[in-house]
Amino acid sequence: MDIKEAQFIYTLRLADDLLILSQRLGEWCGHGPILEEDIALTNRALDHLGEARNLLTHAGQLEGKGRTEDDLAYLRMERGYTNVKMVELPNGDYATTMVRSFLFDAYHLPLMTGLLSSKDEQLAAIAGKSVKESTYHLRHSSDWVVRFGDGTAESHEKARSALNELWTFTGELFETDEVTEMLQKAGIAPDIAVIKEAWDKTVSAVLSQATLERPSDGFMATGGRKGLHTEHLGLILAEMQHVTRAYPGVEW
Amino acid sequence: MHFDKERVLGLLQKVKDPEIPAISVLELGVVRDVRVAANGDVQVTITPTYTGCPAMDVMAADIKKELHDAGIPSVKVELTLSPAWTTDWISDAGKRKLKDYGIAPPEHTADIRALKGGTPLVQCPQCHSTDTVMLSAFGSTACKALWKCNACLEPFDQFKCL
Repeated sequence: MDIKEAQFIYTLRLADDLLILSQRLGEWCGHGPILEEDIALTNRALDHLGEARNLLTHAGQLEGKGRTEDDLAYLRMERGYTNVKMVELPNGDYATTMVRSFLFDAYHLPLMTGLLSSKDEQLAAIAGKSVKESTYHLRHSSDWVVRFGDGTAESHEKARSALNELWTFTGELFETDEVTEMLQKAGIAPDIAVIKEAWDKTVSAVLSQATLERPSDGFMATGGRKGLHTEHLGLILAEMQHVTRAYPGVEW
Repeated sequence: MHFDKERVLGLLQKVKDPEIPAISVLELGVVRDVRVAANGDVQVTITPTYTGCPAMDVMAADIKKELHDAGIPSVKVELTLSPAWTTDWISDAGKRKLKDYGIAPPEHTADIRALKGGTPLVQCPQCHSTDTVMLSAFGSTACKALWKCNACLEPFDQFKCL
């Protein structure tokens, strides 16, 4: 594998996490528990989508085969998607949605902070915008985790149950392989151990404030980065890609 | 007839933010560069406020239309991400116009409260009281938060500090 190919794979992973999470959060549009949260989730979905678009465009340029952001988003099948499984899981109740976003935000912010000094200048530029937005995202999801955890007996139970369900899916965020190792050496990707340390710190602090017990690490789901997904991803793509598939080449 | 940079800037002053028509793309600080080539071709470089801001495409189209209508045949609008846009680039005139329009302008990023991750002091654009409270960090557009004034009880938009 040469460095350009590794960069393409890495950038696509970053994009896929955000694109699929954005698609999931967008499902809350019109269904939020209160108007402010309905707006907040669609705002977040839009931020994630914007970042995914920039990353997909960049990935297409790195690949050098003329694929655009639309080609990459709409014309890849499940096995071509390399997002972590956590982002494709169904939204569940509001506690599940917010706990998932919290676990993701706590990873995404230090990741983007690390990418600020990436030798890939375009990646660093995308990270420069993302860090500012991710700070708001993490604040928002942390607030909700605390509110649920340190709320009523029912909200605590919902947050606890969501946290235990999702914990199995957090291992994928910190996986390393040939791609990440090559790019870390080249100064393009940050050291994942540093990201994990920051994530651990944030997660422990917020869970403690939320009176939620941090689950212990057991079996961790894997496979997303290799294109092996849960059955949920196919359904997301079926909806997301429907118009492009039904009317190839359509423009509006 | 060739346009010089000053005249192009004058035309850009007429292009408004489609979501906040009170201020121009210049006052918003999204126009980063204007170049007029020797043959009269114009290139305008803009930067997004928020990554996913859906107004960017409309802004680019509006800029092209304004310059075409003024008689500039070749206009190119380029998008740049770096350096990342900051609310500090909104001009003082822009901030004044935001306030008159009913949107609390962003506080300066040097605001110590914002730096410490706390809640900034925000003045109600209606009655100017600072007895205000944030209802939600996410408002009617990606760049705004929703606030309420405890003095006049009116809700209002605040341009988020970025």
